[in-house]
Amino acid sequence: MSGHQNIIIDIEHVSKSFGDNQVLKDISLYIREGEFVTLLGPSGCGKTTLLRMIAGFLEPDEGTISMKWDGKAGNPDFKDVAGIPPHQRPLNTVFQRYALFPHLDVYDNIAFGLKLKKVPKDEIDARVRKVLKLVSMSDYEDRDVESLSGGQQQRVAIARAIVNQPKVLLLDEPLAALDLKMRQDMQIELKEMHQKLGITFIYVTHDQGEALTLSDTIVVMNEGRIQQIGTPTDIYNEPVNSFVADFIGESNILNGTMVRDRRVSFIGHEFDCVDEGFGENSPVDVVIRPEDVIISDKTEGAQFTGRVKSCAFKGVHYEMYVDTDSGNELQIQDYDAFEPGTEVGMSINPDDIQVMRKERTENVVDCEIIDSTHIELFGETFECAPFTPGPDGHYRARFPFSKVELWDHEDEGVTTGEVWFILYKGDHYHLTVRTDSGEYVYVDTDDIWDKGDLVGISIQPGDIIVESQDGQEK
Amino acid sequence: MKKFFAQAYLWILLILLYSPIAFIAIYSFTEAKAFGNWTGFSTKLYGNLLTGNITGGHGLIQALENTLLIALVSAVASMILGTISAIGIYHLRGRKRKAVQFLNSLPMINPDVITGVSLFLLFVFLGFSQGYLTVILAHISFCTPYVVLSVLPRLGQLNPNIYEAALDLGATPAQALWKVLIPQLRPGMLSGFVLAFTMSLDDFAVTFFTRGTIGLETLSTFIYADARRGGLTPELRPLMTLIFLIILVVLGLLNTRQGKNAAQNHINL
Repeated sequence: MSGHQNIIIDIEHVSKSFGDNQVLKDISLYIREGEFVTLLGPSGCGKTTLLRMIAGFLEPDEGTISMKWDGKAGNPDFKDVAGIPPHQRPLNTVFQRYALFPHLDVYDNIAFGLKLKKVPKDEIDARVRKVLKLVSMSDYEDRDVESLSGGQQQRVAIARAIVNQPKVLLLDEPLAALDLKMRQDMQIELKEMHQKLGITFIYVTHDQGEALTLSDTIVVMNEGRIQQIGTPTDIYNEPVNSFVADFIGESNILNGTMVRDRRVSFIGHEFDCVDEGFGENSPVDVVIRPEDVIISDKTEGAQFTGRVKSCAFKGVHYEMYVDTDSGNELQIQDYDAFEPGTEVGMSINPDDIQVMRKERTENVVDCEIIDSTHIELFGETFECAPFTPGPDGHYRARFPFSKVELWDHEDEGVTTGEVWFILYKGDHYHLTVRTDSGEYVYVDTDDIWDKGDLVGISIQPGDIIVESQDGQEK
Repeated sequence: MKKFFAQAYLWILLILLYSPIAFIAIYSFTEAKAFGNWTGFSTKLYGNLLTGNITGGHGLIQALENTLLIALVSAVASMILGTISAIGIYHLRGRKRKAVQFLNSLPMINPDVITGVSLFLLFVFLGFSQGYLTVILAHISFCTPYVVLSVLPRLGQLNPNIYEAALDLGATPAQALWKVLIPQLRPGMLSGFVLAFTMSLDDFAVTFFTRGTIGLETLSTFIYADARRGGLTPELRPLMTLIFLIILVVLGLLNTRQGKNAAQNHINL
């Protein structure tokens, strides 16, 4: 169990709700000593909540968080930190928007923690000087913190945290308020600082580029759940689902079918791939990174052909959108430019085809029975195909993605919701819509919607199949 | 011509506002018993005031002491109470916060006479013997809302994370309050204190109804009784002049300090 000795924080089955809103759902995660871990996800995914629980500002509703704790005889021990207040935990936080103390100068801000611990004056002096040097702010000791620039305040905030020599440093979107150039410089400095200090960094961000640059391990989160844990290369090259593929980097996400092991069909063609064990003819999501499509003006010998729709120069490469012979749209990056209108041939190496099991192939939602033609779904009454209710009280409704109708005007639907997440699948959009009841409906549509649009939702009665929870159709 | 009228209007207004105070100041330098008689320049009234040797009005010094004591105690108490309430109100959300803020502003709008009478009835009902304690309690009750109002905006400007940052750096909740939150709120608390002090200083109605029958006099009730006895005690003139000057100096100091802070903030931007 040598691997386990390195673990410094162990999070097991943690859930948290604010009112009716469950922000974290059964999170399990361990963090090794000296690791640079990034919690990555869109806003509202629960990453900051998780960080605040580790810091001690929030307590989990369920589950435990344990930390390595220095035992009496220098013997590190694991300890459940439930109920231990933030000021007694062996970690420090760099807050969003710095949270420096405006009434203290740079020196006193950094010395704050040491003075509370009654560290001798000359030791405080030495330690403050050392960290100021580390964050390249040596001559700023007497400056008023409010007179510093954003980047300088950020450095002071980092210095104030690391001067206490914590085992773990928590960073809550520390670079979010800085401009692009400054952010890039600070990324490099943070990485160097992490190597110099050798302590564990837990970093929260919604910026996937930042996560890929900085981390040893990335934890991708969405809707309160961990989607994938892995190294930046793993996450980029082998995303486990379409959310991760879409969130990390650019990608083409397409519907496909596994013909047999090592053979997958999508965009109307069959390709060799390296994936096995999905089962024959099982529906899958296929991810193709834009830089992995080999494009040339020779159509002979290519796996499929298409016509360039647009081409834009992006600094190092060109970004092109190509309509394929089967009517799908692919995003392609290449060092060579192909003018719009050009007939091109394209191929993809088996290695570069990432096949993922579909998370779901249709909507399955718990429902309540009202009578033989009506059910309660998302807190509203929906008409459905006639069925005979059995004695069992637990039912669910199944309906295909493509049969959910969305309306501009909220009152045209049976219920309403907000467009939560959009995935372009080459020839149609796959939307996640959050209903007013807080549940999710998945919709395939050709129409263009924007994230945050409020929509009416309806489903034709004939498209809803109601069945008992044990799976038997009634 | 237009400019001349505008100027004249301003000056007439200023003269109307400040000439009564100027008259009192001028006549504080003469010995005449009746206000308005000039019997030659003298600083005797100032001398009397400072030595306490006041003819026919030895209650004046006592009233002054009472006033200052009551104002100081009730201003300090309201400052503490008001700051704590403001922190509480700030952490309320939505309708609750609106409701409490409305309740807080009621005593400020309520006429003093009604506050005074209702407190009088309350103290009688509770069987409190009226005197210093009841006057101080009454003053605290109408001063606290002003402190709440001057501390709340400071809280709004605070970075919401600084309290947590203090905890994170090893401060106990009490240390975080003393070392981080209070220093941030200090300007608001100070202006709340000054407001409360002056409100208490010149209150008449509430004091009148809650001071009871033990003969407790503050400046305002003393002057009221004195004027009814026939003529004001001459030493009131130097006293009022001094109070006015002190207020002027304090106000000047506060203003220059604020000006300096504002200038500093401006540079920082």
